[in-house]
Amino acid sequence: MYVIIAGAGKVGWNLARELIDKDREVTLIERNHDRFRVVEQELEHVVQYGDATELWVLERAGIQRADLVIAVTGDDEDNILICQVAKEKYGVQRIVARVNNPRNHQHFKMLGIQPAVSATQLIMRLIEHEVPEHGLVQLLALEEEHLEIIELEVIEGSPAAGKQIEQIQLPKGSLVISVLRSGRGFVPTPSDTVAVGDQVLLILDPGLESQITPLFAPATVAD
Amino acid sequence: MFILIVGCGRVGSAVAKRALDAGHEVSVMDVDPLSHVRLDIDETSSWEDSGGRFTVGTALEVDGLVAAGIEQADVFMAATSGDNTNLVISQIAQRRFRVPRVVVRVSDPGRAAWYAEQGLQTICPTQVAIDQAERALLAV
Repeated sequence: MYVIIAGAGKVGWNLARELIDKDREVTLIERNHDRFRVVEQELEHVVQYGDATELWVLERAGIQRADLVIAVTGDDEDNILICQVAKEKYGVQRIVARVNNPRNHQHFKMLGIQPAVSATQLIMRLIEHEVPEHGLVQLLALEEEHLEIIELEVIEGSPAAGKQIEQIQLPKGSLVISVLRSGRGFVPTPSDTVAVGDQVLLILDPGLESQITPLFAPATVAD
Repeated sequence: MFILIVGCGRVGSAVAKRALDAGHEVSVMDVDPLSHVRLDIDETSSWEDSGGRFTVGTALEVDGLVAAGIEQADVFMAATSGDNTNLVISQIAQRRFRVPRVVVRVSDPGRAAWYAEQGLQTICPTQVAIDQAERALLAV
């Protein structure tokens, strides 16, 4: 697998290190000359000097044969451009973009730049995971595939508590994929019983949350 | 016509003045409030008194674009100093706000050519300079 990373900041440099450790072929592109010199001391020929939003710089890095392009510069416009060109001009199969300002996430989305990763959103998700105020934690949204994975804690007195999975009246387009109990997870069969305190992971069509939440955590619906 | 120009540098401000003189409604947006001076220089009355609009804002902030009137714009021009900023906001104007005519300034000939193939109306000052220099030097 050949990976091109645009931007040798903390994120780009460490991604390059990790990928090299995993025996991936990597090229890192940095446009700031001083930074390039610093990174070159360690990574040598792996890092190239240039502006990754210039087509010839990407071509010199071999974008035509890249399997993955990761744009992690400090500029959202640059990250959008790099990914758009990689995907639409050079036909790169997989792209990953960093969102510096979460308010720009909408632009990445509208221009089809997915996945777009924002540190703010990741930390928010962690906070929600640690402090699930609403009973429901969204773990993963596969936007292009129109699926998402959510986690719900089974609350005492909820319709699902004490029921076998096959008895729970889940809406069409949703499925229980695993149950976490006392710190351990398992993939349940239809006859397994859901207990109070279990964390249930479901995969579902987006929009079904409001039908599913009352089955497992009815008290939180009032929020 | 209602024309929105983002970027009040040499190109943006000069085009804005000409468009206003030609009787169009013109709104200019720039991140730097001091750039407004370009609109007043060598004019007998101020930009606002002549009927022009000026908004301070960052181009990627949708609220700023809306305040500058992008929802009413018939023509949108991206003329900031950043090629990538121009290419992103012109696509926002085209795809999200459905502005009928979008013009984008791109200094890099490579990007200008490819985005022109994708349907953006690009203006590349560098390419114009190259062509002019070629004609002047080689007299072709």
